[in-house]
Order: sequence, then structure tokens, then C-alpha cells
Amino acid sequence: MNKVLFSAVSKKFVMALAGLFLLLFLPVHLGINLMLLKSDPEPFNNAAHFMATFPLVKVVEVLLFLTIVIHISYGIILQVRNWLARPVRYAVRNKADTTAFSKFMIWTGGSVLIFLVIHFFNFYFIKLGIVEGDPEDFYSVAYQLFSIPGYVILYWVCFLLLGLHLYHALQSAFQTLGWVNEFWTPVIKAVSLIYSIVLPLGFAAIPLIIWLFK
Amino acid sequence: MKLKLKIWRQKNAKSKGAFVSYDLDGVSPDMSFLEMLDLLNSRLIDDGKEPVAFDHDCREGICGSCGMYINGYPHGPVPGLTTCHLSMRYFKEGETIVIEPWRARPFPVIKDLIVDRSALDRIQVAGGFISVTAGAASEANSILVTKKNSDEAFDSAICIGCGACVAACKNASPMLFVSAKISQYALLPQGKPEAKERVRAMIAEMDRNGFGNCSNTGACEAQCPKQIKLLNIARLNREYFKAF
Repeated sequence: MNKVLFSAVSKKFVMALAGLFLLLFLPVHLGINLMLLKSDPEPFNNAAHFMATFPLVKVVEVLLFLTIVIHISYGIILQVRNWLARPVRYAVRNKADTTAFSKFMIWTGGSVLIFLVIHFFNFYFIKLGIVEGDPEDFYSVAYQLFSIPGYVILYWVCFLLLGLHLYHALQSAFQTLGWVNEFWTPVIKAVSLIYSIVLPLGFAAIPLIIWLFK
Repeated sequence: MKLKLKIWRQKNAKSKGAFVSYDLDGVSPDMSFLEMLDLLNSRLIDDGKEPVAFDHDCREGICGSCGMYINGYPHGPVPGLTTCHLSMRYFKEGETIVIEPWRARPFPVIKDLIVDRSALDRIQVAGGFISVTAGAASEANSILVTKKNSDEAFDSAICIGCGACVAACKNASPMLFVSAKISQYALLPQGKPEAKERVRAMIAEMDRNGFGNCSNTGACEAQCPKQIKLLNIARLNREYFKAF
């Protein structure tokens, strides 16, 4: 039974499910972030407060954190196995035609992880009291961060990489789950493209709008 | 045609190999890639040198023996062809052609361009069969099969097990091969009674041999000489989850 539960195919199945769960969270996060565009800090801070205190959200938060840990650790385990599977590399670069960005998942994913760590320091660790700041006023924290050009550039680069990661991730997850057919696959591919452009663009637009109009 | 060849030469499994360059003239554009290598070998033998070792058998694209990594492509740059079917007219006068063996941990080099592909045989032996005699062709017709399933099973069954999917995959994953072997049985009534045991055993054997994992890049489908579809891998995944 262990062989079935921990086989490469099962690990990929778990990774795909974890990834899809994470995809559900991003639109919620973007929805809250868009409140930053209001001049009144109240709605954003209330939403942040609700997310930080409502018991059901706390449960989802733990689940989300576990999902991130599973997705990352399985991703690394599978990648290491992949590297070990070809100890002698080809002298000529492999020119086989592949889907866009699928070859760089570990690197785009790794970049997103680095951003997540920075992000956790900025916000989540304030909440936990590890980093100084006002946990009731994330609105000001966000505005302070978005006033630092270097941070905004890092933010944009990370969301570009997230977009590239998501473009392959969404359609790949459905392939891994075995949900591929003539009707749904073109739909899934279209949704992957739209999702991977709209979501990162939504996040990246917020500091730009703040810069231009606030 | 005149060509410059850079070929991986390795005396045996234990020795350290290296590329050796050869200038070859008198190549006809009508030759197959293997005939070009035959020409090189006959010249090497005439000069008292060791000929280049490479796998080949039927030379009509159905045995899966031949296979080498040519200028960055398993089986060469033309889609849907085995190395034996690859014609020299696809190469340019004076072109440099770099020829390497398949590279994967489960495919150790035996000599020059020959690798040991018995890992694929072990996966097949683990479950790629039906345990009872299915009868002759006429008996197969006693159980009706839809045209769609029949066609898809056939399209999967034409996998020749050459290992190009492993060679093309950045992770050295044999999922396209395994999925074709599983699909050909999963789609037909004769394969159904042992479907669960089959998929579990073949996946376990795949993992045991140290192959990498599929990351859905599609390189295998692009380089498969029999143009086996990625849809088979999705089917393998479905079959595997059904086997829990």
C-alpha cells in the first residue's frame, strides 16, 4: 500500500490537488488587495482583520499553510528525483518541442517561494508579533512598501514569474488528475491562459495605480 | 554529401567516453541515417579502426531497436520517424551532426551509442500482459468493442518501446511508454480484469528503476516516432487512481 501512496504518480496527484487549492485562494486575496485602491483604509483593514480573526478563516489558513508546505516539499522531492534520473547530460541542448514555461517550474516556483517568505515577514509576522508594525493597519504597511521602488520592482518580477508558473500549472494539474478530453481540455487551456494573465496583472496593477493616481 | 560527424565513443560500460570527430564524404541523400553510419563503419574497418557500435534490427521502423540522440533530438529532427527511417536528405551539405546515446540513469551506456534499455522490459514484465489466453483473432470478435476504443487501443499498442520518450524528457521519465502499454489493455475488455494489478505493478517498477517523473512538458509526444499522444498519460493517471 505504501508503494501506491508514495509513488511518483501519487505524489504528483497530491501536488496537483494542493496547487489547485492554492489557485482558489489567489482571487480572494486579490479581491481584498483591490480595496487598497480606496482612499478610506477602513474596508481593507476590516477585511484584513476579518481574515485574521474569523474562526473559519483560521481553519482555512492552517489548511492553506499545510497545502503550501506539501506543494513545495513534494515539488522539491520530485525535482531532485528528476535531476538524479539523468546524471550524464547531453552535449547538445535538448531541442524537443515542449509546452511554454513547463521546463522552468522549479525556478518560477522557487522565485514565488522567495517572495512568499518576504511577504510573510512583511505582514504575517507583524500579526504574530515577530516583526514590528501595527497589525490593525495593514493598509499603511502596504502603502509604505509600495512607496519603495525596489520593492515594487521585486513585486512585479515575482508576479510575472508567478504568471509563468500558473500558465503551465493549471493545465498540467488537470492532466495529472487525468481530466483530459476533447471538450474540456481546450476550455482548461483557455482558463489557464486567462487566469495566469489576469490574476498576476491584477496584483501588479495595484502599486502602479497607487503611484499614478494617489 | 560531405558531413562532419561528432560521435560519442565509449569502449564499454565502465570506461569514460568522449566525442570523436569524423569527416565522411560520399554520403547519398537517399541513404537512411543508419546506412550513413554503415558507410562510416565500413571506412573505419578498412582503416583498421573500431567501428561505431549502434543498435538496429528491422530497419523498417517497427522493432524499436535503433535510437540515438541526433543534434539535440531523439531519432533526429523530423517528427514521427525512427532513426532507421530518417533520411540523409534532411541534412545539409557540410553539416556537423552530433550523435549521442540516450541519456538516463536507468539506461546505462553499454558501448558507443548502445544503451541498456532492459528497464523498459522490466516495466512491461511487471504487468504489461494478460494472464489468460485471449484466443485467436476470430474469438476477439465475439466481444464487441467500440470503433473509438479499438482505434485508440491500436494507436497505443503501436508503441515500439524505443525509449525516445525517456531520451527526450528533461526528467528522463518513461510515462509515455508506460501509459501506452497500460492504455492498450485498459481500452479493451480482455485487459479489464487485471487492470488494477497491472497499473500498480507497472508504476511500482517504473519508480524502482530510478526514472524521473512526468512534468507534462510534452517533449515525449513531440519526439515519439510513433506519435503516441499525451492523452495516454492522463489515462494512466486515471487508471492508477481507480486502482486505489
